[in-house]
Amino acid sequence: MSDTCFIKALDLRRFRSHVAFSRSFDGRPVAIFGPNGAGKTNIIEAISLLSPGRGLRAAKSEDMAGRPDPIGWAIRATADTVDGERELAVSIDLRTGGRRKLTVDEAPVGQAALGEVLRILWLTPAMDRLWIEGASERRRFLDRTTLAFDPKHAERSAAYERAMRERNRLLKEGVFDPSWLDALEAQMAEHGAQIVIARSKTVDRLRDAQEGASSAFPRADIAVVGEDSPAVDDLDATQYRQRLADSRRRDAAAGRTLFGPHRGDLEAIYKEKSMPARECSTGEQKALLISLVLATARGICAEISAPPILLLDEVAAHLDEGRRASLYDEIVDLGVQAWMTGTGPELFTALGSRAEMLELASPDSVAD
Amino acid sequence: MSQTAPEIEELIRLLGKLPGLGPRSARRAVLHLARRREQLLQPLATALAEVAEKARPCAICGNVDIGEICNVCADPDRDPSTLCVVEEVGDLWAMERAGAFRGRYHVLGGVLSALDGVGPEELRIPFLVERARAPEVTEVVLALNATVDGQTTAHVIAEALSGADVRVTSLAKGVPVGGELDYLDDGTISAALGARREI
Repeated sequence: MSDTCFIKALDLRRFRSHVAFSRSFDGRPVAIFGPNGAGKTNIIEAISLLSPGRGLRAAKSEDMAGRPDPIGWAIRATADTVDGERELAVSIDLRTGGRRKLTVDEAPVGQAALGEVLRILWLTPAMDRLWIEGASERRRFLDRTTLAFDPKHAERSAAYERAMRERNRLLKEGVFDPSWLDALEAQMAEHGAQIVIARSKTVDRLRDAQEGASSAFPRADIAVVGEDSPAVDDLDATQYRQRLADSRRRDAAAGRTLFGPHRGDLEAIYKEKSMPARECSTGEQKALLISLVLATARGICAEISAPPILLLDEVAAHLDEGRRASLYDEIVDLGVQAWMTGTGPELFTALGSRAEMLELASPDSVAD
Repeated sequence: MSQTAPEIEELIRLLGKLPGLGPRSARRAVLHLARRREQLLQPLATALAEVAEKARPCAICGNVDIGEICNVCADPDRDPSTLCVVEEVGDLWAMERAGAFRGRYHVLGGVLSALDGVGPEELRIPFLVERARAPEVTEVVLALNATVDGQTTAHVIAEALSGADVRVTSLAKGVPVGGELDYLDDGTISAALGARREI
C-alpha cells in the first residue's frame, strides 16, 4: 500500500457558482450530490486547475469568474502529500488584466510545478465520445495520463509546442531563414522525441498495471498510432530533422506542421472481444475509459508511492449497480481520494461510510 | 475615495508600473517617501534626474551605463579575447556580480521569436559577428537561457559565427552548486553527465 496524498482543505472564492466555499476533508473518497446547477462539477473543476493546463472544462479564466460581477477568482487547497503538507493556490484578478497566479507554499511557480505536487486525473461526460471523435481529445487524454506519471511531460510538451508555433509563424510569413528554421527544428526533434518516448512508456505502464490487477472493468489494449507521428523505434534525430527540413514548403502551404507527435493518436481495443473501442457500445466505451483511469491510478501508486487524485464527473449514473459497487471497491482498495459527482445520495449508498458525503443545495436556496 | 493630489496620484501610477510593484505597494512606497522627504525623496529625485539625463546603452556591448562607452568596455584590464553573449542587461549584471568573467560582453536585448516579431537584425547579431571577426577575439561564450527561444538564438548565433575564426562555447548545464542528485530531474542529470569533465 502506498502513502497518502489527498486534498485536506479546499477554499473557493468567486469561482463560478461558489461565492465562498470552504471545507476540510479526511482523505476518503468524496461523493458530491445535489440538484442540477448546484455546482458539483464546479468543485471538481476547481481541483483540476491545481494541475498543469486549463482544467477539465478547458475553460477560459474569465468564464470561470462568478457572475454577475466577474472580477476574478481564487482557489486554495491544502494537500497532504508524501512530502508533508503543501499549500496550493491558483487565482486571477481580471480587473488588472493579469495572468493566472500560481503558488505552492506561497512561492510563485510555473504550471509544470503544480504537477510535481498533485497528480490529478479526470473523467467527464464530455469524454464519453472520446473513442469516436477526433484524435485531439485522445491525444489530450494520453498526455494527461503521461503527465500523471511524469510531471516533466508538461515542460517538454510546452517546449515542443512553442518551437512548432515559432516555426509555423516563420513559414507563414515566408521567412525561409535556414539557420533559424534549423534551430527550431532541432528543438522540435529533441522535445518531440521525448514526447514520443514518454507516451510509449505510459502505454507500457498501463499494460503492466492492467495485467497485474483483477478488475471488474474490461482490459484495454492500447497503442500510440498515427502515420504522421514519429514511431518510438525510429527516432533518429538527424532523420527527424531532415524530414522537417524537407517539408518546409509543404508545411508552409498547409499552414501547419504535417509531421510530429502532435499528429499522433491513441488506439484502444476491448481485449476480450478483440473489438476496437470505437465500435463498442456506449457503456463499454465508458467502461474502457474507467479501466484505463483505474490502471493509471494503480500504476502511479506502484511506481511513486503517491496516489493520484481522481475526478469522476457523473460517473455513477452510467454504470449498473454491480459495476458501480465494483468501481467503489476498487477506488477504496487503491486508497485514492476520488471526487465523484451525482444528482442523488442513492447513487453512493454502496460506499457507505467508506466515503465522505458532500451535499450541495440548489442554487436558489444558496442565493437567499 | 481619491482626495490625493493629482501629482501624487501620478507618482503612484508610475511607480506601480515598476516590476515587482503594484498599485498597493506603489502607494506604500510613495507614503514612505513622503515621510522621508530629506533622507529619501529628494536624493531619489536627484538620482533619477541624473540617470535620466546621462544613462544610455553602450555603443559597443549594449550594457546600460553613463556615457557613450560602458565601464566594462572602457576597462583596459578586461580580456579582449573573450566575448560573452547575454540576452538582457540584467544577465550581464548577474555575470558581473558573480565576478568570474573577465572578458567583454554583447547584450542582444532579447531573443529570437517569430511570434513576438524579433528577428536577427533586432538582436544586433550581424554586429556581434563583426565584433567576433576582430583579430584579438578567440572565443564567444553563449550565456543564454535554457528556454526554447534562448536555445534557438544560441543555435542561430553559433551558425552565424561559423565563418569567423572563433571558438563558440555555451555555459554548462547540470548539477547546481549545492545540488543533490536525488532531487534532480532526468533531463538535468543527462545534461550533467554529457558535460562531465576530469577532476
